[in-house]
Amino acid sequence: MSKIVFPAETLELVKKIIARYPEGKQKSAILPILHLAQAEWKWCSPEVMDYVATLMDISPIEVYEVASFYTMFHLEPVGEHVIEYCRTGPCCLMGGVEVYDHLKKRLNIITGETTKDGKFTIKEVECLAACGWGPVFQIREKYYMHLTNEKVDEIIDELSK
Amino acid sequence: MKILTEHIDVPNIDTIDVFMKHGGYSAVKKAIKKMTPDEVTEEVKKSGLRGRGGAGFPVGMKWSFLAKPEGVPRYLVCNADESEPGTFKDHYLMWKSPHTLIEGMIVSSFALGANTSYIYVRGELMYVINILEKAIQEAYDKGLLGKNILGSGYDLDLFVQPGGGAYICGEETALLESLEGKRGNPRNKPPFPAVKGLWQCPTVVNNVESIAATSWIVNNGGDAYAAIGVGRSTGTKLISASGHIKKPGVYEIPLGITVEDFIYSDEWCGGIRDGHKLKAVVAGGSSVPILPAELILTTAAGEKRLMTYESLSDGGFISGTMLGSGGFVVMDETACIVHNTLTFAKFYHHESCGQCSPCREGTGWMDKVLNRIEHGQGRKEDIDLLVDVAKKIEGNTICPLGDAASWPVAAAIRHFRDEFEWHIEHPELATKPGAVFMRKGASWTK
Repeated sequence: MSKIVFPAETLELVKKIIARYPEGKQKSAILPILHLAQAEWKWCSPEVMDYVATLMDISPIEVYEVASFYTMFHLEPVGEHVIEYCRTGPCCLMGGVEVYDHLKKRLNIITGETTKDGKFTIKEVECLAACGWGPVFQIREKYYMHLTNEKVDEIIDELSK
Repeated sequence: MKILTEHIDVPNIDTIDVFMKHGGYSAVKKAIKKMTPDEVTEEVKKSGLRGRGGAGFPVGMKWSFLAKPEGVPRYLVCNADESEPGTFKDHYLMWKSPHTLIEGMIVSSFALGANTSYIYVRGELMYVINILEKAIQEAYDKGLLGKNILGSGYDLDLFVQPGGGAYICGEETALLESLEGKRGNPRNKPPFPAVKGLWQCPTVVNNVESIAATSWIVNNGGDAYAAIGVGRSTGTKLISASGHIKKPGVYEIPLGITVEDFIYSDEWCGGIRDGHKLKAVVAGGSSVPILPAELILTTAAGEKRLMTYESLSDGGFISGTMLGSGGFVVMDETACIVHNTLTFAKFYHHESCGQCSPCREGTGWMDKVLNRIEHGQGRKEDIDLLVDVAKKIEGNTICPLGDAASWPVAAAIRHFRDEFEWHIEHPELATKPGAVFMRKGASWTK
């Protein structure tokens, strides 16, 4: 990995984010900046978290303890596409268990694993607030709703291209 | 009667010009130019509007607790960390009509004397955050946000803060910790946020739907809002309907319609999916007690149950439930109550912040015991063990997550004990794929 530094336009954005809070309260920017960091480097490695700490002038441990509390931050390397499926009640009622089983079979991995080609990681998450449109999974910012086995195949085909 | 969703299907209602063409931001003009902050608060009090996040605490009263020491900033924080299983109404409203929330934020911030406000949105909804940020920029460009709004001398900056994936941050003090850039551990109360909230300054935290409703209240008056509904359940409520119904989705209902109408009328859920029968409902998000068909449609006293705070809780936890967040999960006879309870128990186990031992240990214990019952390894004493663990979590934690974790387990056993017993006594039947217990003589049994 090359040296960990945000591109210039992201650094501008970081400045703007820190300015949302009163002086001295820049620590509030941890979550928004961690999201930017993960978008840039895929996962929050210790080096990435150390860099995030320098941007806010706080100690690295303050970033580690936050990143490890919130489930959205990947503390281990992940594949190119992280598929996060909702395993909570309402999605299960809509047939989620079968659809997610199909997903795992199709990619030939279990939850928490990454495909050998590094293309896909499957993660299990809790309720994504889309219960009426379930079963649901999320890849980055995009929600995929009303999933069926066929739809899952289409999505994987598209992303495998 | 629609207040929040009247124009939600208008094309491009997410843009400020279309929103304003349909009367949008008239409440900002009225409040800031013609009313004092106290007058706005007074109307909200009169409206009887209750917190729509789940607790149902009167919004106007919460506002009136806000401390106002000289020279100390006050904050309004919108709780858009919607994560209670079964609930997706705030997601829907912000996605479709972001300006409805922003207008409410301006009106409410003005009433509270806040010059900086934040909307804390769960991080998974990054696409909604982008929609909100675009809409906020439009409002700045029209002079509805920023310095000297509409020439009134009132200043307001509005920012969106993403969460990081943690249900607990829907608890208001955990949300404030998170907004301060910390782990989402709930705070001990008192002091309440109204006195020491964000950065130890007086703060009001309100749900998306509560804040969005204030614009209509300003435009039409608190009395007009209070005229909708029944008794202390005034106004309209967004209900997130999911599960085995014909038309899942978000519906804005006038409080006071019957549960039966809500489930079976074509205006709302459209009935149970073809060829199936109603078995049970979780009426207010995963934390509220599940009720079997007969108790959700009528109270134990035989009265038709209504979609109101009071009617849904009629009978207490013996035979009633709660309106909660309005997360209405419907199950037909194919739903396995043990499996569903396990998914909820897993959820709370995963989401417990770990601060209080009863919740940290108890949620894991319930998850483990339910898991073995579901997988055919249940023991005779497990059912009473679950009841006992649930009882020992309830009321013994800093925040309500402990209660929320214990209620669904306790209620499922209260109303479907025979189903748990069947799993334990007949593991060979219960673990067959798709196998569901059929109670003899029940209205949902085929």
